[in-house]
Amino acid sequence: MATKLRILVPVKRVIDYAVKPRVNKAQTGVETNVKHSMNPFDELSIEEAVRLREKKKPVEDILAFSAGPAKSQDILRTAMAMGADRGIHVVEEKQELEPLGVAKLLKKVVEQEDRNLVILGKQSIDDDANQTGQMLAGLLNWPQATQASQVEIDGDTCTVTREVDGGVETLRAKLPMIITTDLRLNEPRYASLPNIMKAKKKPLDKKTLADFGVDGEKRLKTVKVTEPPARQGGGKVEDVDGMIGKLKELGAL
Amino acid sequence: MPSINRCLPAVRRLRIANTNFQQSSQLRIQAARSAYQPLQRRWQHSEAATASSNADEGPPPSRSGLSQSKIKYTAESYPDLKRDSRFKEITSDDVKFFKDVLGADNAIIDGYSQDATSDLEAYNADWMRKYRGQTRLVLKPDSTEQVSKILKYCNDNLIAVNPQGGNTGLVGGSVPVFDETIINLGRMKNIRSFDDVSGILVADAGVVLEEADNYLGEHGYVFPLDLGAKGTCQIGGNIATNAGGLRLLRYGSLHGNVLGIEAVLPDGTIVDDLCKLRKNNTGYDLKQLFIGAEGTIGIVTGVSIICPQRSPAVNVAYFGLESYEKVQEAFKEAKKQLQEILSAFELMDSQSQKLYNKASGNKLPLENDHAFYCLIETSGSNTDHDSEKLNAFLEHVMGEEIVEDGVVAENETQLKNLWACREGISEASQHFGGVYKYDLSIPLPQLYDLIEDCRKMFQENGLMDPEDESKPVLDVVGYGHMGDANLHLNVATRRYDKQVEKVLEPWVFEWVKERHGSISAEHGLGLAKKPFIGYSRSDNMINLMGQIKKLYDPNGIMNPYKYI
Repeated sequence: MATKLRILVPVKRVIDYAVKPRVNKAQTGVETNVKHSMNPFDELSIEEAVRLREKKKPVEDILAFSAGPAKSQDILRTAMAMGADRGIHVVEEKQELEPLGVAKLLKKVVEQEDRNLVILGKQSIDDDANQTGQMLAGLLNWPQATQASQVEIDGDTCTVTREVDGGVETLRAKLPMIITTDLRLNEPRYASLPNIMKAKKKPLDKKTLADFGVDGEKRLKTVKVTEPPARQGGGKVEDVDGMIGKLKELGAL
Repeated sequence: MPSINRCLPAVRRLRIANTNFQQSSQLRIQAARSAYQPLQRRWQHSEAATASSNADEGPPPSRSGLSQSKIKYTAESYPDLKRDSRFKEITSDDVKFFKDVLGADNAIIDGYSQDATSDLEAYNADWMRKYRGQTRLVLKPDSTEQVSKILKYCNDNLIAVNPQGGNTGLVGGSVPVFDETIINLGRMKNIRSFDDVSGILVADAGVVLEEADNYLGEHGYVFPLDLGAKGTCQIGGNIATNAGGLRLLRYGSLHGNVLGIEAVLPDGTIVDDLCKLRKNNTGYDLKQLFIGAEGTIGIVTGVSIICPQRSPAVNVAYFGLESYEKVQEAFKEAKKQLQEILSAFELMDSQSQKLYNKASGNKLPLENDHAFYCLIETSGSNTDHDSEKLNAFLEHVMGEEIVEDGVVAENETQLKNLWACREGISEASQHFGGVYKYDLSIPLPQLYDLIEDCRKMFQENGLMDPEDESKPVLDVVGYGHMGDANLHLNVATRRYDKQVEKVLEPWVFEWVKERHGSISAEHGLGLAKKPFIGYSRSDNMINLMGQIKKLYDPNGIMNPYKYI
């Protein structure tokens, strides 16, 4: 009998990717009083997990997980509206967690919840670390396939295609396994109204870092955050002569 | 009619690429951005289309592959129209006068002393490829005084004039019929002042709507008008045509928001009424005459307009419904439960969504087919408050089975994609060849009957077939601003065909008249609807309008052959 898939999908609440982030006055970070959404790569992860179930793979349970402030609940509800069965929210209002801290936390979740497949976004679009999946694989000593563009599961064998420079690479490994998702893996669905309403009734456990025995202490210090240099505005020339003059001025002619 | 100089497509694209919208998205991670490429709209001219989406009120910003020279001259498609022989033919002396007034070389396109055919085409042809004038002179003044001098000269010499903005109109009002001289406002594009306490903006007529909106955005305000052609249309043209658009439900019409106008009359008189007061009961409110006059009594050169605060919290939901009755119920509930945060309630029928899907290749948000779709937008100042209201509303309409299915945008990308399902219909309707468009106000209970009757008519007369290429009509689609009882009837065709036109007109107008609707809700009269004004206005009213026209434009030089 095929191995039952017990999937963990970690999701992160980030500044919406269509919103332009602004650096705060103290230059310690960006203004967070803007629209937030689920990290786009994590949407791909949820979508892929749900598609595995829809493809009649033996998915026993899809667990969505998030660590962060109370508002992270919103994206867990979105994950559940997209098809996750339940959620765990580690409430952490004060400190920002670093990839290693998150990886250690996820390791505990994998152990406590008996997971055999973790699908993560390859990176979050706020800090762009691209580390958590890899660190988790190292901590668990599981095989990993990063930046997946296609995932096939047959029995306990996973075949993952990843786009690399100049072509594609195909990896194969046995469960349990870590997969991180890349852009072309799928196209995430909209959360439908009936599913949004169902998601409200799905179980969502609130936990703390202490429940998992992780301290989440910071190892990195943000020295300074600055905006990229402002873009020089273009100018308009009135006519062809003006353009030629301008080009000469710039030394292009 | 709101329209601007149609510069070369490449130039126009450059401008669009410079908008804040693009800059900001570029700052985000390139990778995350391309993640959504497949979701975004993939028209042939993709980069332009994403920056300026197309509601019914708007054209695609450029149609680079198409040559305007293939469009039939308006004079040929309307053989009954004859050039008014009173109007003077332009001579070299006239051109010299205009050159002296305008000064700069690039302020005039002169097809008399040289061959400027290709430069002129962009000003002669409309974006729907339906109308094409034959002017050989385009004047581009950059000040109100220049406009005044030009108009006075034209009036004294009986030179017919065609005022032009962004040239994105839908009724052929923004391009000449014969050789009327075009006065294009595209070079008058300064923001004159903005007061961020009152929200009053004073600007030149030639400012592009999107640029005005972006400018206001930096101050936390929003232009009280939004429409698909925003990347091209100019605010002067918007006022001259009294454009309606997507925010009307929330902010009301330009007749309320415009506080003052600067305009030039044919005799050169400058109507200097750039008032910045909300209340001013001193005499006749003459500025109202210019709002929606379509350039027939004067040229709007500047505007003072009151702008509302931009809402930081915007939510969009998209529903599938089984019948028009349910749509009305949903509208009632939305008004009741969302009240002050409801900012749009748009209606789309199943056919319109299928056509959008076919033309754009974009996936529709809902998996199953529904007879009707609605898009609801809320905007307010507090996300939590809005979400709570919206959720209660959604639960109610689902629970009561008013809607069959629906989705809510979970992020900004989804929000844009949901809007694209509505705004993309206009372009989709003409994607397969051509489109006959009607913009109608009809009492809400009967609003959709028109589409059903029209579709039935085409099914019976054998002119319509979705597959058979020999039939001119592809499909009949209906959509519009439910919140304003404003329906768009689009007959998507494979080609423009006289037979189709004969079936539609005056049938549509009669249908609307019987129900006491309006044959032109927000698109105006222009050339297309001029003969049909009688379906919506009494003889008395038309006579009174004629008196106004005679008073301000006794020689009839302003935008002739059109309007009334």
